[in-house]
Amino acid sequence: MIAMDENDISFFKDGLRLDGRRADELRPVKIKVGVLARADGSCYIEMGGNKVIAAVYGPREVHPRHLQEVTRAIVRYRYNMASFSVEERKRPGPDRRSYELSKVSREALEPVILTSFFPRSVIDVFVEVLQADAGTRTAGINAAAVALADAGIPMKSMISSCAAGKVGDTIVLDPMKEEDNFGQADLPIAMTPNGDITLMQMDGNLSIDEFHQAVEMAMKGAKDIYELQRRALVEKYSQISAASGQEEVHLYE
Amino acid sequence: MDRKVVVPGDLLSEDAKRSGEGTYIKDGSVYSLLYGLANYRDKINVIPLAGKYMPAPGDNVIGVVKDITFSNWIVDINSPYDGLLHISEYPKRIESDEMSKYLRIGSSIMTRVKDVDPTMKVELTLNDRKLGPIKTGQVIEISHTRVPRLIGKGGSMISMLKKEVNCSIFVGQNGRIWINGCRDDTDLALKTIALIEKEAHTNGLTDRIVNFLKAEKEARS
Repeated sequence: MIAMDENDISFFKDGLRLDGRRADELRPVKIKVGVLARADGSCYIEMGGNKVIAAVYGPREVHPRHLQEVTRAIVRYRYNMASFSVEERKRPGPDRRSYELSKVSREALEPVILTSFFPRSVIDVFVEVLQADAGTRTAGINAAAVALADAGIPMKSMISSCAAGKVGDTIVLDPMKEEDNFGQADLPIAMTPNGDITLMQMDGNLSIDEFHQAVEMAMKGAKDIYELQRRALVEKYSQISAASGQEEVHLYE
Repeated sequence: MDRKVVVPGDLLSEDAKRSGEGTYIKDGSVYSLLYGLANYRDKINVIPLAGKYMPAPGDNVIGVVKDITFSNWIVDINSPYDGLLHISEYPKRIESDEMSKYLRIGSSIMTRVKDVDPTMKVELTLNDRKLGPIKTGQVIEISHTRVPRLIGKGGSMISMLKKEVNCSIFVGQNGRIWINGCRDDTDLALKTIALIEKEAHTNGLTDRIVNFLKAEKEARS
């Protein structure tokens, strides 16, 4: 905390952040729907330096069978980071962190999915982080929500996710890597477009006023992301109607 | 145009009575459940662009036998749930140890969903003259979401197609379609169905298909 003073100066230059953003500005977002042919639904998202791909399979039969629920579908969410996604090689495979993120992300999406439509089945969501730059869980949830919609799974609404943080005693939207690593707080949220929050985590320290300010900022960011998700889905459809001929008829023996 | 692309959670109407398929009601307003096309008629229906086939009683489907148990054939019906065809639903009386003589693993059948219970146990039947094992012809698979368009309003599209291409066609609600006819006719049918699937969401499709068939036939003769 004592060393913080030195960092204070370097986080902002002429009122702008290290990458030239204002405090309440998102990083550039790019969303592509239906990028995988084998998956029932898929999405590729870039949020700043984050590159994440999400695939949805199902509803389908549950294996192993003992996980099956008689009255509803179960949702499985696997968050995984590629070994090359960070500067220093990440040891491949699940670890404590990815188990946690898988759990909270699943719980962020599950409330809007109508699992009771599909008893005894499973909806599998796979999220692969190809390149990480702080905020991979939010990028993963955004991609997963779009992929779920693309898979034709009934949902009460979309889910969009965004983080706010505190660096140099200022609340900022969507922290990037430097701000996340050396900042004072990080607060990712996920929510429906009408403001029901389904995920909220925090590390670091915020006063109550700062916390409210951060939540408000993150909610505004999530709303902007919702518009982008929506647009990506609508655009995919207009693409189909314009350049039809992508879908093929499969011969069945 | 009375169709619009919607995503889950979109507000469709403030009149709860207009809630149709693929929608839900919250606080007296109608919202979309799906990513698809909203159809504004008396009721607002959302037609999905993707998704798995969910069996419903009365649906004609095409299945493939994937296992045989003591008194049931287990049938893959292109859905998250397998179909069960009980030995007594076969049009003829069969002994349990002779089941594989009539339907082997891998046999394709035209069948009907007899009943679906809340745990999604799907019972099938073969007790209808239209139904039975597939011996000739070929089966293709399209997305089940395109099937209503292939059938058309009151069967207009499919009856036109059957007449024009001179083939027997059996459309399964699960997206599998059986076509039987001579080779050229089958090819034309396949081409036409591919076109219908591709342009399923456009208006005035039947007219366009009629023109397409006319052009194809002229090219052939």
